Amino acid sequence: MGKFKNHILVCLGTGCRASQSEEIIRNFKTALEENDLENDVQIVGTGCFGFCEKGPVIKMVPDNTFYVLVNPEDANEIVLEHIVKGRKVERLLYVDPETKKHVSDSKHMGFYKKQIRIALRNCGFINPENIDEYIARDGYAALGSVISEMTPQEAINVVKDSELRGRGGGGFPTGLKWELTKKSNSDQKYVVCNADEGDPGAFMDRSILEGDPHSVLEAMAICGYCIGANVGVIYIRAEYPLAIQRLKIAIQQARDYGLLGNEILGSKFNFDIEIRYGAGAFVCGEETALIHSMEGLRGEPTVKPPFPAVSGYKGKPTNVNNVETFANIPPIFLKGSSWFKTIGNEKSKGTKVFALAGKVNNVGLIEVPMGTTLREVIFDIGGGIKDGKKFKAVQTGGPSGGCLTEKHLDTPIDYDNLIASGSMMGSGGMVVLDEDDCMVDVARFYLDFTVEESCGKCAPCRIGNKRMNEMLEKITMGKGEEDDIIRLKNLANVIKDTSLCGLGQTSPNPVLSTMDNFMHEYVAHVHDKKCPAKQCKALMQYSIDPNKCVGCTLCSRVCPVDAISGERKEPHKINAALCIKCGACMEKCKFGAISLS
Amino acid sequence: MTEIKLSECNVEKIKELCKKFNNDSGELINVLHGAQEVFGYLPAEVQELIAEELKVSVAHVYGVVSFYSFFSMLPKGKFPISICMGTACYVRGAEKVVDEFKQMLNIKVGDTTPDGKFSLSCLRCVGACGLAPVVTIGDKVYGRVSASEVKKIIAEY
Repeated sequence: MGKFKNHILVCLGTGCRASQSEEIIRNFKTALEENDLENDVQIVGTGCFGFCEKGPVIKMVPDNTFYVLVNPEDANEIVLEHIVKGRKVERLLYVDPETKKHVSDSKHMGFYKKQIRIALRNCGFINPENIDEYIARDGYAALGSVISEMTPQEAINVVKDSELRGRGGGGFPTGLKWELTKKSNSDQKYVVCNADEGDPGAFMDRSILEGDPHSVLEAMAICGYCIGANVGVIYIRAEYPLAIQRLKIAIQQARDYGLLGNEILGSKFNFDIEIRYGAGAFVCGEETALIHSMEGLRGEPTVKPPFPAVSGYKGKPTNVNNVETFANIPPIFLKGSSWFKTIGNEKSKGTKVFALAGKVNNVGLIEVPMGTTLREVIFDIGGGIKDGKKFKAVQTGGPSGGCLTEKHLDTPIDYDNLIASGSMMGSGGMVVLDEDDCMVDVARFYLDFTVEESCGKCAPCRIGNKRMNEMLEKITMGKGEEDDIIRLKNLANVIKDTSLCGLGQTSPNPVLSTMDNFMHEYVAHVHDKKCPAKQCKALMQYSIDPNKCVGCTLCSRVCPVDAISGERKEPHKINAALCIKCGACMEKCKFGAISLS
Repeated sequence: MTEIKLSECNVEKIKELCKKFNNDSGELINVLHGAQEVFGYLPAEVQELIAEELKVSVAHVYGVVSFYSFFSMLPKGKFPISICMGTACYVRGAEKVVDEFKQMLNIKVGDTTPDGKFSLSCLRCVGACGLAPVVTIGDKVYGRVSASEVKKIIAEY
């Protein structure tokens, strides 16, 4: 990092940028110039630090002070206090929720303590738009040693030996996939990076591409060398403009340095990378659908075999891996497969990145060893449930996954355990739900998503999910019949067994897993016409307690549909037929006279 | 083919765009991205012209346009409002925010106000889950939005 005495690392991830971190950088620049410090202190805009809940976050190097919830106006004070006078700005330090003490070094924060960062190793440390910073952290050293010291098969053996499995959700052994593609004879092969992160609530791939794009480029080149491909394609969502921009910069820099292009590092190996844009279709995360989309077609999946390793993009052998999988490759070569295997548990090696979100105190991007328990993730790293509420469930694996409950909290997280518990790893979305969330409504929410995203090619997924969604809607509207629960379960199993691709086969998971763990909520909706979590509007009723109501008229004035009537200083009444259940009256009432049942 | 109502200069723009991708039908999605950037949406005339240039059927182009949620056949408002309905935003109350926008603007999701000022859409996860619920208007991102703030946000425009 040059000859500067101090560095200020400012997070420029999407979350922090939305909270004005670019303005923070501008203010730092002004403050440094005003104090003649611009030659002593360097400001570095980095990728995501992970701790999005407390964003914008900044880190002072070399003393590793970590400031949270920084405002643009704070820049001047940080320069004057921290840099000029050497005093920490106490009010911007993280406060440990348990000890109530200030913590200045991120190493000692609950959020970071249990994390091991492999895929995210450079996110938040380097400027992603400067290839030199990546190289300074051993970037492209793995590519160099693979090309100059190993045969393709030897390199594949390293990946196989590491037991790395696909991080996109399927968990297929990466080394084996590479070997299969290598064995396919063809004049032309392709390496594809799947960056079509469509799972709502998961943003790890985007954070890696925004924070450390070169690690993906390097890994793709290594893969190209191993399988005998000289073209790489990154398929990325058009909704990720920042990641696209940083990828473009990174590709150009790598070409300028001779790390992409012809005769890489003086060898006979040629490899270049192009970018293709997705256009918003969840099903394109499926390999065959993704390949069709790359060819300019509707992103509909086809039956496997033939696998892409045999016939993929333009009918040629194609190796598709996801962003996070690729980001693990360079460290495996640098530190060795035996090092990688020391992390994780028996069947799942290494780490997994999760996007921790929902009703948890520390929302953010985390990376933990495989085999960490849900309890450690949600309570130690996540800091427990927001507002002191009670934990109810955690949804993993997005629309293809399921809900895990209290009884699963001590299950070690790995591919096989999650499937055995009725969910799946998926791409790593982890949404925490509390006592206020209705599980039937959550299932309906995911079905809404699936219905919208079903490509329509096969009937079980196209029609079956629509019917399931209608049944769930009926139940949440309080119109469910006794048979609906059985019908729903039967239909879910049929869709699971008969759909063409992964999207359809997993789409009933949110329904089946909530039925397994929260059948009583389904029964309450259907049988008692009650929503235990008080979320389903149609099943709720607002009423005014005449003993508490003083007749202030405030509620009748805020009611948008004039459903509340009553004389001044007399108890008021809600007309249930008119009430739209917006809750405005309850919010305004100062006497706690309005209740929900 | 029906008569094209596009102006000469727009016709030229599309032809150039197709040419940039060698009139290759495999580049259809890239061409559509480019065309949507120019026009803001993809009206039927534009799709017809692209089909002719790339030598594929209009049905093929329409099939692709209607498959992907990013492509729109309706013009967006001057200030396009998007509300994130990803899971994290949903459980933190995004639906109430959507309801409030619908009521305030008196339009449905997917529609544009009669004066063309605002359009309303829902999207799936912008990846700023730490700020849930999230609303974007143009390039500006609003975080931790509550239903009661909606009025104030609309008033900014």
